[in-house]
Amino acid sequence: MDRPTPPTKPTKVYFFGTCLVDLFYPDAGMAGMELLQAQGLTVVFPQGQSCCGQPAYNSGYRADALKVARAQLDLFPGDLPIVVPSGSCAGMMKKHWPHLFHGEPDEAKALQVSARVWELTQFLVQVLDVKLTDKGEPLRVTWHASCHAQREMGVVDEPKALLRQLANVELVELTREKECCGFGGTFAVRHAEISAAMVGDKVADIESTGAKRVVSGDCGCLMNINGALEAGGKPVQGQHIAQFLKERTHG
Amino acid sequence: MAEHAVNFAAASKAALQDSQLRGNFRRAMDGLMSKRAVQFADAKEWHTMRALAASVRLRALAKLPELLEQLETNLTRNGIQVHWASTTAEANAITLGIMRKANATLAVKGKSMVTEEMHLNAFLEDHDIEVLESDLGEYIVQLDGTMPSHIIMPAIHLNTKQIAHLFKQKIKDAASTGEDAAALTDLARRILRQKFMNAGVGMSGVNAAVAETGTLCLIENEGNGRMCTTVPPVHIAFMGLEKVVEKLEDVPPIISLLPRSATGQPITTYVNMISSPRKEGEKDGPREIHVVILDNGRSSVYADPELRDTLRCIRCGACMNHCPVYTKVGGHAYEAPYPGPIGKILVPQMEGLAKRGEMPHACTMCNACVEICPVQIPIVEIMGRLRVEAVHPSASVKDSGARASKTEALVWKGWAAMNSSPLAYKIATTAMSAVGNAAPGSLPLLKEWTSVRSKPRFAPRTLHDLARKKGIPNV
Amino acid sequence: MSDARAAILGTLRRTRDAHPVTPPPSDFTPLAEKQWPPEERLPRIRRMMEAVHTEFLDATEADWPAVVTDFLTRAGAANLLYAPGTADGAKLANAHSPSPPRGEGRGEGDAPQPRTSQEEVSATPNTDAVAPPHPNPLPGGERGNIAGDLRLIPYDRPIEDFKQQMFEGIDAGLTGTLGAIADTGSLILWPSADEPRLLSLVPHIHVALLRADALYDSFWQAMRDQRWADAMPTNALLISGPSKTADIEQTLAYGVHGPKRLVVVIVR
Repeated sequence: MDRPTPPTKPTKVYFFGTCLVDLFYPDAGMAGMELLQAQGLTVVFPQGQSCCGQPAYNSGYRADALKVARAQLDLFPGDLPIVVPSGSCAGMMKKHWPHLFHGEPDEAKALQVSARVWELTQFLVQVLDVKLTDKGEPLRVTWHASCHAQREMGVVDEPKALLRQLANVELVELTREKECCGFGGTFAVRHAEISAAMVGDKVADIESTGAKRVVSGDCGCLMNINGALEAGGKPVQGQHIAQFLKERTHG
Repeated sequence: MAEHAVNFAAASKAALQDSQLRGNFRRAMDGLMSKRAVQFADAKEWHTMRALAASVRLRALAKLPELLEQLETNLTRNGIQVHWASTTAEANAITLGIMRKANATLAVKGKSMVTEEMHLNAFLEDHDIEVLESDLGEYIVQLDGTMPSHIIMPAIHLNTKQIAHLFKQKIKDAASTGEDAAALTDLARRILRQKFMNAGVGMSGVNAAVAETGTLCLIENEGNGRMCTTVPPVHIAFMGLEKVVEKLEDVPPIISLLPRSATGQPITTYVNMISSPRKEGEKDGPREIHVVILDNGRSSVYADPELRDTLRCIRCGACMNHCPVYTKVGGHAYEAPYPGPIGKILVPQMEGLAKRGEMPHACTMCNACVEICPVQIPIVEIMGRLRVEAVHPSASVKDSGARASKTEALVWKGWAAMNSSPLAYKIATTAMSAVGNAAPGSLPLLKEWTSVRSKPRFAPRTLHDLARKKGIPNV
Repeated sequence: MSDARAAILGTLRRTRDAHPVTPPPSDFTPLAEKQWPPEERLPRIRRMMEAVHTEFLDATEADWPAVVTDFLTRAGAANLLYAPGTADGAKLANAHSPSPPRGEGRGEGDAPQPRTSQEEVSATPNTDAVAPPHPNPLPGGERGNIAGDLRLIPYDRPIEDFKQQMFEGIDAGLTGTLGAIADTGSLILWPSADEPRLLSLVPHIHVALLRADALYDSFWQAMRDQRWADAMPTNALLISGPSKTADIEQTLAYGVHGPKRLVVVIVR
C-alpha cells in the first residue's frame, strides 16, 4: 500500500470511530481504543468527528458526501496514523476520498489525511505486531470478512491471525468466507428480499461451523448478520472483533 | 420519463422464491468459481496476465476509430463485406437484406450476445425466416421460448431433468431419448446436423476482430460455431464496435484469460480464426462473409472517459459467476441480454436510466467482480458513477437524472447538515440514543429491514460520550 | 449504410480526441514466460488433451498409415476421408493401394504391428459413436481403395458435390497439423485447398497427425515463430479435444456438433 510507514511503533494515534459504531456499537469502539492503549499508545478521539461520507457517496450524492468528508479533515492534523474500526469506512477514506476530492481546493489536505488511514486489525498486526494472551474459556468462533476490508483495504489474514493467537479460541472458517453478507448500505432496504436471501445464506454458513460466536470487523455486516441471527432465534452471537479481543485478553 | 422503468425488484422477488432456480444457481456458481480458482492458482501469472489483457483492450479503445477503419480495410481486402449499423433496427434490416439476397429461409446461429440485443431471431421470424440456435444452451432456451440467463451458459438456470422434460415436450423424436446429459446432447447433435447441412446462412458472433490482419476470432467448445461459419454458403458475423484489437499478438492474452475466467478451462475446444471466404481452389467454406459492426449506444459509452472502461469487456462472464446478487436471482430477473455486474453497468448506458435506473443499485459494491475481471474494469466505480447520473441530469448518460427525487435530495441535504456540524451531530445523535429505539418497526425502510432481522438498537450512550467520560483526549 | 459508418466513426473520433487516453504499454512477459523444458512438452500436451478425452496413438513416419487404419478398423469405422493432395494423404493412399507386384492385403507386407498407447486401449465411452457401415457407394462409382474394412475416400471435390455423404456417411477424417501447444494442450491446424476445413469437423472421428518435434510452448510463441501475421490463411484453428459442452447442468458431455472423438497420432 502506498502509505507513509509510521516510524517503528508510534506513540500516539487518532481514532476515527465511524457513525455506526458511534450510535450502535460504542462499546466496540471503546474496546478498539483500549486495545491500542494496552499497547502503550496514547489514543486521541477528536470529538468533532462524525462520518466518512460513504452513505451519501454510494447513493450518488457526492456533493453531500464531500461536505461531510471535508468536515473531518481538520480534526486530524499532523501525521499521526488514523485508526478506524471498520474496513468499509477505512476504505472510503483511503480509496474513495482521493476520487471524491479530486480537483477540489483541499485535495492535497484530503490526500494527506487519507494516506494515514489504517483499519484497526491491520494496524494491530502490521504496525504494532501485538501479542495477545487469552484469558477466556474455550470457545469456537468463526470470522466474517467484510467485503471492503478484504477488497479495498486488503485485510484478509490479519484478523484471523489475531484470533489464532488466542489459545482457547477455536477458529472455524466459513465455507464462503469471502461472500458478501448482503448489507451493502442502502441495498439492505432497497433490495430487501435479495439482501435477506444473502444474509440467509451467510447465517446458514455460520450455523454449519458450529461456532458460538461470529466475529467481524465491520458494524454494517454485524448489524445485518446479528439482526438475522436474532430474528431467527439462533444461538450464535455476532460481535465486533475489537470487543471480542478485549474480552478475551483483559478478562 | 421516456420508457416504462424495468422493475428489477419485482422480477428478482419471483426468482428468489423459486427454490429450484436458487439451488441450480448456487451449485452452478460455486462450481464455476472453484474451477476458475484452480486455473489462476499462480497469483503472479494472474496479475501480470490481466494487466497485459487490460493494456490490450485499453490500446484498442484508445485507437478505436483508426482500428475500426483498418479492420474494415483489411477485411474488405480479404473479401469480407463490412456493414455498419448505428441501431439494432439498422442491423436487423441489413441482416434481412443479406438473407433475402441469398434467398435463405433458414439460418443457423452460433452464440452471439449482440444478436440478443438486436432481438434478431424474433425480427427474422416476423419476416418468415427461421433462425435456429445451434449452441446447445441457446438451443435449449430457444425451445423454451426464453432469453439466455447467462452470457456463457445460457441454460444454467435449468437442471437436467427440466431440460429432458423440455425436449420431450418440444421435440417429436425425443419421446424415447434417455434423460441424461449424454443422451440429450446426442439428440441435439442429430437434429442440428441436418440443419447445418441445409441452412442457407450461418451466423456467429465475434470474440475479437484483428485490425492488423482482417481476422475474426471465435472460440467455442461444441463445434457449432465452426459449423455455422464453414458449411452454409453465406456467413454473417455480428460484433459490437468495441470488439476490435490492434494486432494478431493481442489475441493470445484474451484466449488465455477468457476460457479460464469463464468456465475454468485452460482453453476452449476450438479457436477459430477466419480471414476470408472460400478462395479459388478451396473445397469448403462460405462463398460470402459479412461482418455487421453494431453501435447501439456504445459510442455514447465511449464518449465519457470514465465510462469508456465499460467497453473493455471481453464477455467472459466471470463477474456474474462471482456476484452474490446474481447467484441469488439468476439471469432472467435482469430482463436484459447482459445480466450480472457487466449488465448492471452496460445496459443502463445502452438503454437509459429512466428504464434501467435501478440496475446500478442492485449491487452491494462488494467488489468480488472487480477482483476477478480479467481486463480490470473498475466495475464498482462505474456503478457508483451511474448512481450519481441516475439522480443528477448531465449530458453523459441517456436519461440521466431520470431517477431524481426531491425528497431523497432533501434527506441527503439534511444528513450532510447534521454530519458536517459537530454541534448538529451531537444534538441528533443524543436524540437518537434517547428515543431511537422507540421507533416502530413498521416505518418505511425499517419495515424492510425488520422483515428478516431484529431492529437495530441504538446504544444508550454514543462513543463520543464514552470517550469523553473516559477522559480520552480530544486533540 | 455509410451514414452509420460516418456517424459512428465521427462520434468516436470526436469524443476520443476530446479525451485522449494513453494506454499502458503491453508487457508480453507473462506469455513469454510460459515455457517448458523440451522433454516436458509432449507429456504435458498429452496429459492436458487426455483430460478432455483426446486419444493418442504412437507411430513412426513409416507405419502411421497402418496404425491409423488398424485403429479405425477396430473402432468400427467403414471409411476415412482424407486429403489426397497432401504428402500425408498421398502416403496414406499408397499404403493402401494394392500394387500388382506386392502381396495381398495391406500392401506393405512387412509393416510392423501398429503400436498403440495404453490410453487407446482404455478408450472413451463413446464406442457407439461411430455410424454403422454404409451400403451405398459414393456417386460416380467406386472411389478409393479398400484395405481390410476401411475404405479411403479422397476429399478431392467441393463439398457441394457430396454434402449428404459428408454429413451422413463419413466415419472418420484425417488431417495433418502444424504442431501442438504445450501451454493449453492444443493442435494447430491450417486447412488449405488440399486439406479442407470440414475434414476436422464433420466426420465423427478426427484423426490428426502430430510430428513429435513440432511443439511450441504457447499460442503466442507459435504465432510468432510461424509468422502468422505475415499472411493469415482462410482459416486457422486450434483444436484441443473432441467437441464438448457443459450446457446441461455443467455436466460435461462429449461429441456435440464437432467430432465425437479426437485421435492424435504422434509421429516420430
